[in-house]
Amino acid sequence: MSDLQSQRAPQEGLRVCVTNCPTLIVMVGLPARGKTYISKKLTRYLNWIGVPTREFNVGQYRRDLVKTYRSFEFFLPDNEEGLKIRKQCAEAALRDVRRFLSEEGGHVAVFDATNTTRERRETIFKFGEENGYKTFFVESVCVDPDVIAANIVQVKLGSPDYIDCGNDEATEDFMNRIECYKNSYETLDENLDKDLSYIKIMDVGRSYLVNRVMDHIQSRIVYYLMNIHVTPRSIYLCRHGESELNLKGRIGGDTGLSPRGKEFAKSLAQFINDQNIKDLKVWTSQMKRTIQTAEALGVPYEQWKVLNEIDAGVCEEMTYEEIQEHHPLEFALRDQDKYRYRYPKGESYEDLVQRLEPVIMELERQENVLVICHQAVMRCLLAYFLDKTAEQLPYLKCPLHTVLKLTPVAYGCKLESIFLNVEAVNTHRDRPENVDISRPPEEALVTVPAHQ
Amino acid sequence: MPMELTQSRMQKIWIPIDHRPSLPRRRYRACGPQLTNSPTVIVMVGLPARGKTYMSKKLTRYLNWIGVPTKVFNVGEYRREVVKEFSSYSFFHPDNEEAMKVRKQCALAALRDVQLYLKEEGGQIAVFDATNTTKERRDMVLDFAKENDFKVFFIESVCDDPSVVASNIMEVKLSSPDYRDCSSAEAMEDFMKRIDCYQVNYQPLDPDNHDRDLSLIKVLDVGRRFLVNRVQDYIQSRIVYYLMNIHVQPRTIYLCRHGESEYNVLGRIGGDSGLSIRGKKFSVALCKFLEEQNLKDLKIWTSQLKRTIQTAEALKLPYEQWKALNEIDAGVCEEMTYEEIKETYPEEYALRDQDKYYYRYPTGESYQDLVQRLEPVIMELERQENVLVICHQAVMRCLLAYFLDKSADEMPYLKCPLHTVLKLTPVAYGCRVESIYLNVEAVNTHRERSEEAKKGPNPLMRRNSVTPLASPEPTKKPRINSFEEHTASTSTSLPSCLPRENLNLNNSQNQF
Repeated sequence: MSDLQSQRAPQEGLRVCVTNCPTLIVMVGLPARGKTYISKKLTRYLNWIGVPTREFNVGQYRRDLVKTYRSFEFFLPDNEEGLKIRKQCAEAALRDVRRFLSEEGGHVAVFDATNTTRERRETIFKFGEENGYKTFFVESVCVDPDVIAANIVQVKLGSPDYIDCGNDEATEDFMNRIECYKNSYETLDENLDKDLSYIKIMDVGRSYLVNRVMDHIQSRIVYYLMNIHVTPRSIYLCRHGESELNLKGRIGGDTGLSPRGKEFAKSLAQFINDQNIKDLKVWTSQMKRTIQTAEALGVPYEQWKVLNEIDAGVCEEMTYEEIQEHHPLEFALRDQDKYRYRYPKGESYEDLVQRLEPVIMELERQENVLVICHQAVMRCLLAYFLDKTAEQLPYLKCPLHTVLKLTPVAYGCKLESIFLNVEAVNTHRDRPENVDISRPPEEALVTVPAHQ
Repeated sequence: MPMELTQSRMQKIWIPIDHRPSLPRRRYRACGPQLTNSPTVIVMVGLPARGKTYMSKKLTRYLNWIGVPTKVFNVGEYRREVVKEFSSYSFFHPDNEEAMKVRKQCALAALRDVQLYLKEEGGQIAVFDATNTTKERRDMVLDFAKENDFKVFFIESVCDDPSVVASNIMEVKLSSPDYRDCSSAEAMEDFMKRIDCYQVNYQPLDPDNHDRDLSLIKVLDVGRRFLVNRVQDYIQSRIVYYLMNIHVQPRTIYLCRHGESEYNVLGRIGGDSGLSIRGKKFSVALCKFLEEQNLKDLKIWTSQLKRTIQTAEALKLPYEQWKALNEIDAGVCEEMTYEEIKETYPEEYALRDQDKYYYRYPTGESYQDLVQRLEPVIMELERQENVLVICHQAVMRCLLAYFLDKSADEMPYLKCPLHTVLKLTPVAYGCRVESIYLNVEAVNTHRERSEEAKKGPNPLMRRNSVTPLASPEPTKKPRINSFEEHTASTSTSLPSCLPRENLNLNNSQNQF
């Protein structure tokens, strides 16, 4: 995605839609069709690639308003009280959408609700038009009872709505809830809705119908949605074994493993073996230290240049002490905004994210993968899976000789951290208190970890 | 197991010193995912004049550029080889048994060539370009693929808009060899009847029922709508993404380099210097040129290096900076002159001349890396309409190679002189190029292929599988034995279903 200079069309008159107008994504579908799963995942992805996105879950608004959920009867189509409240919630959510997109600098809002009637969707579309937003519908259609049952087990039984219910009770109530929507459900129609922009996802991604994609962001969203899947799998992230330059406290470069690093590589081989993973793919960067690590595994691996460590430009192979000595201004600027700071003739974390986007996309397509990479790279990938902000990303802890095992669960990711019991230097440098460009060297270097 | 590695001299790829034969041979891609081991047959489906050949050729050009060996097999061309004189639409009448036999033979011949290409000639993807409008024909192709262990991906183009169909006929059918001796009106009338012949038996793909288990994309109304079913792997997902981003709106792409820079004048490569005086003059000339072009909604893109941005600033129009458009990173050779490189790194200097496409500067990049870096730019260029890209020599060569279907071998030697705008306009199945020199003198930064390079690549060198190829010439020999003796023609030119004027296509006679 190009780094756009943020030029938004001025909101004038009837808000003419220029290229950078905000996008309103509207989820559509019966309950337990994966709408919230898709909303959250898409939001996470868009934020990671730098598009300010937020989801607005109308069910959450309802829970905030109606303190205690009693039963599915709230959702009966003739329950006037229920209908009134639900409409209010939708309106409140849309008000927040407007504030986010028109006042708080949001680019994409995901309106997560069933939106199963044409009437409701027309109301939302008009809202979008009035405010100068482009509207894109994402409908999930699924009739497979096994999938629906699995969804209910994964995310509904643990919902606050069913906090005081047994599982069977909850499941029965939820099935009745779904019935309430079925009669009035109007799926996006080839003819009636031919002028709308939308994607219809069928059977958890077996097939897709895509209509009138209008711009770059919609095209990216479609591509992303078509690449994700829900097959259980695990992603393993780790760094190369400790390198010669790590020992010396130097950054970057392209050295080989230290003796302890080689130990780690062997332990990693053992660990992978013990995990007994089906069809594990192994990816490395094109730097010696990750490849050496992979070589110890005795399995095929793929080299990706885009997994190479962040390019420190003029600071390559320096220690932090040397950077402080030769480039004190740069060193301070980096501490001020580590995410956006670009090394002279090098890269920033922001650049890294852009570089790594194809890796994330392919990770989404794949199943079991082990990625052997580098500190900054691993931070970026981890931030994607754990939904960390740009501020948090550059300070995520990714120590040497530690494997992070990520397993998707419910709406997020379970994280296990496994230290493989081979000592290594610490390469994590926390943000110092004093980030002023006039700070004395000691204060700049106070958080530098020990090294040879 | 010492994990000893050595770095390949040309591509700077780390490989183990002891080559253990037990491990599967690794293919070092610059861009990630391993290609699936099974080759893929893409099967086009649709009535005549629905853009099948247009999509086939464009897709093939894209896939070859990103390094996936791909080739089109157009059954119509096989037919033209066998049936010397096209008489009329009645050839295509479903009751014409003799003709049906011929047509089937042509399809089989094409499939035999597909098999050869994918099994013995290193092809990864074969595009089987024919109407394939009946289930029967598609089943035949599916059986063929199954026997050979090929994956199959269907691309169907459905369009009922008569104006689109008519416009396609005008653009590419009237000038077909089939209608060489006809007037436009006669040709149009005959072609419409030809379409009718197919319409009667047309069985569109039916992913809801009969074709539920097939991998396919249905393109409806020239891209307004898509139906995608069972995408199997990475390459199919890229194909779908590509097809969803291309369009047929007339538009123009302008490619140029920044104005002459200080470093250009000094003969230094890379770096981040500003424009020379002549470079600034060029920017002003560029501004004037654009005004004269009188374009609707021109987007302007630059790199994030000073010299392209300075050039864009003179245009006094909004522009977007893309880091991906930065010049090739010359690593340790940045800011050196070629003489200095030769003196300081004589081996690197020689290696680069030996294989300029694959050669990676130490701690820098190769053209191959550039292609990977530029792929999102190409994808966005496909989405856009009128765009001016102000970039750099190596970058411009990569982009140009995509539009003009140039191979990896030719790419690093394409001529992209300073102060010259290349204007690319899509036309028929290709791209028209106009070269406009803006009349401001500049140094020449082009280095011709050296004598060393002309000797050919080192056969011992390890190849990466990412190798842009130019789309191969279509296989014309029908390899049909049961016909009147004829010697298969060895014509190597492209189908002449193109306007008569001199188009710069995959034609080595053009100025590049």
